[in-house]
Amino acid sequence: MQSTAHDFKENIGAALADPNLQDSLAKLKTGFSERRRQAAERLPEFEALRDRARDIKNHALANLDFYLEEFERKVTSLGGHVHWAPTADDARRIIAELCRSVGARTIAKSKSMIAEEIGLNEHLESLGIAPIETDLGEYIIQLRHEPPSHIIAPAVHLTKDQVADTFLEHHGKLGFTRRLTERNDLVAEARQVLRQKFLDADVGLTGANFLVAETGSSMLVTNEGNADLSNTLPPMHIVLASIEKVIPTLEDAAVLLRVLARSATGQESSAYTTLNTGPRRPGDLDGPDQYHVVLLDNGRSSVLGTELQDMLRCIRCGACMNHCPVYGAIGGHAYGWVYPGPIGAVLTPHLIGVAEAGDLPNASTFCGRCESVCPVRIPLPRLMRHWREREFEQHLTPKAVRQGLALWAFLARRPRLYRAVTGLANRTLALFGRIDGRYRSLPLAGGWTRYRDFPAPQPGGTFHARWRRRR
Amino acid sequence: MSAGSDSTADRMHILNSIRRSLRRGELAGEHRQATQARLAHPPRGPAVARADLPPGQRVDLFCHWAEFNNATIARVGPAEVPAEVSAYLTRSNLPAQAAMAPSPLLDGYDWASQQMLSLRRGRAEASDQVAITGAFAGIAETGTLVMASGPDHPVTLNLLPETHIVVLRESDIVAGYEEVWLRLRERYGKDCMPRTVNTITGPSRTGDIEQTIELGAHGPRRMHILVVRE
Repeated sequence: MQSTAHDFKENIGAALADPNLQDSLAKLKTGFSERRRQAAERLPEFEALRDRARDIKNHALANLDFYLEEFERKVTSLGGHVHWAPTADDARRIIAELCRSVGARTIAKSKSMIAEEIGLNEHLESLGIAPIETDLGEYIIQLRHEPPSHIIAPAVHLTKDQVADTFLEHHGKLGFTRRLTERNDLVAEARQVLRQKFLDADVGLTGANFLVAETGSSMLVTNEGNADLSNTLPPMHIVLASIEKVIPTLEDAAVLLRVLARSATGQESSAYTTLNTGPRRPGDLDGPDQYHVVLLDNGRSSVLGTELQDMLRCIRCGACMNHCPVYGAIGGHAYGWVYPGPIGAVLTPHLIGVAEAGDLPNASTFCGRCESVCPVRIPLPRLMRHWREREFEQHLTPKAVRQGLALWAFLARRPRLYRAVTGLANRTLALFGRIDGRYRSLPLAGGWTRYRDFPAPQPGGTFHARWRRRR
Repeated sequence: MSAGSDSTADRMHILNSIRRSLRRGELAGEHRQATQARLAHPPRGPAVARADLPPGQRVDLFCHWAEFNNATIARVGPAEVPAEVSAYLTRSNLPAQAAMAPSPLLDGYDWASQQMLSLRRGRAEASDQVAITGAFAGIAETGTLVMASGPDHPVTLNLLPETHIVVLRESDIVAGYEEVWLRLRERYGKDCMPRTVNTITGPSRTGDIEQTIELGAHGPRRMHILVVRE
């Protein structure tokens, strides 16, 4: 998809002014994050499982080539095919060729963030192949021609009323002419419309949460059952997965499953966890005749061995965005590309460049909530700091910020001068602000005072001065 | 399809890029042996204490979590299975007909005793409202059912009909995923998983509209589990 990450600041303004979005985001605090807390409390082993999950992913990444080859060997031995795609272009080409080989007209597609990353839908549409999103949230935003705003809840930015309007507009021609007001009626209508599409589809395309090297299985974790219909009904099943999804064994999968659902939605277990291994077997009464796995690199292998490697542990649960105060204020679309929230602020500069997405890792106070809930303990604030440093090194930081930092660095290296200047500034601010203890506007601080007052310093001098007196 | 030489080049391109980044060649020597040994003898993660129970309490725990996840449970003796299926369909205002898995386990029950009940053995079709299947195992830790596909258990039965009735023997209820993996390896061999293993926890659901859970998104709306004493 076309990035608008360079317009991050403008996107934020629009997001803050959107009342529907703000209503939807308000529910995040009581929804996913509260349910995660309860689920973690119900399982005393949760923290130990997080440590183990981190170690498993680290081990898999350190031996990634070995496990990918093992995975391929197993898939092939059971009649499946593995395709290696170094770039997004390669993956699009391979999938298009597979679809053409069976004369596919429609594809039942289960939610895949990697498909978004490589712009798969647009590519298939340009070839006259119709991909139909079957995850309810993805289906809603496909009808609205919007990108997902969250990695596990793609339509989280919409209210029920917006969904009702969208269905009325698009389902009217199918005979559904009543505007629905209840959530369960909306779900039932989507189920009816999509059921026929599943039955008619020529290809089922899914992502994968994990690839298990030991068995050659792709593992999918969902709640709706749409991924399972996608990989059961059509005659061809294509799995699109990035290379870092491979894990060694089923035992490792058990550990990761225990932290995944709890971190994502606060469920003890998602409704469906499915292992697919090869095509249908002799005697089977259903299942696809062909099974293909497309392994996408798209820049991931180059991150191994660098200080960014930790981001490849991500299991895409969405906990970091559910708990991020910035995501909670602006939603996912403002981030301007496929992956929003803290993990997006770390992945996006790598995937599309720090020149395009340098603002994203700056949108953080480093409060650390993301790292504190990450099931595989990715040090997200540290990785965001990495990108801020790259941005600074490449002279992409705005001039005013660079000059401000240069001035601060000059003073910080001269402690006496630093104390004199900060002491003077402190006294001045305290003096002029002493009437009501705050400023409604301040020179050079317009970005702050436009939205909130700036507190005047308390009497008693700078922190340095007060600390010295205390000691 | 793309030419063979291209795909081989793409494969080597990715593997070499990984090795270059990790500053090593292909895994070799002791390191390779240790990694192969880890695959052959998978280490377990931290044990989950809540499922470490004697068999009777394990069954209770399974029932607790299955109901927590919106399934309904009936605990019955083997002779009561067909009657409970009929009674459930009547209580739920459902027609007395179903698609049933062609499995020896299910054929062992006296379905002929239910004269009103019409059963068709085979895969599910779009028009089927009710499916009846067995289960490979039940997981006590989360109330999860494990379905292994094969000629005796078509996958469509787990997914297409709105109502899924599952017959689960108490002796097939295990503590956690790890015991399921052991049973799968024992039954199918370490090198051959069934085409599809569905682990299913309650009816299908979605939280995609305003983060509020609604049941029956694409799979079954209702899941009724008969836990059979032996």
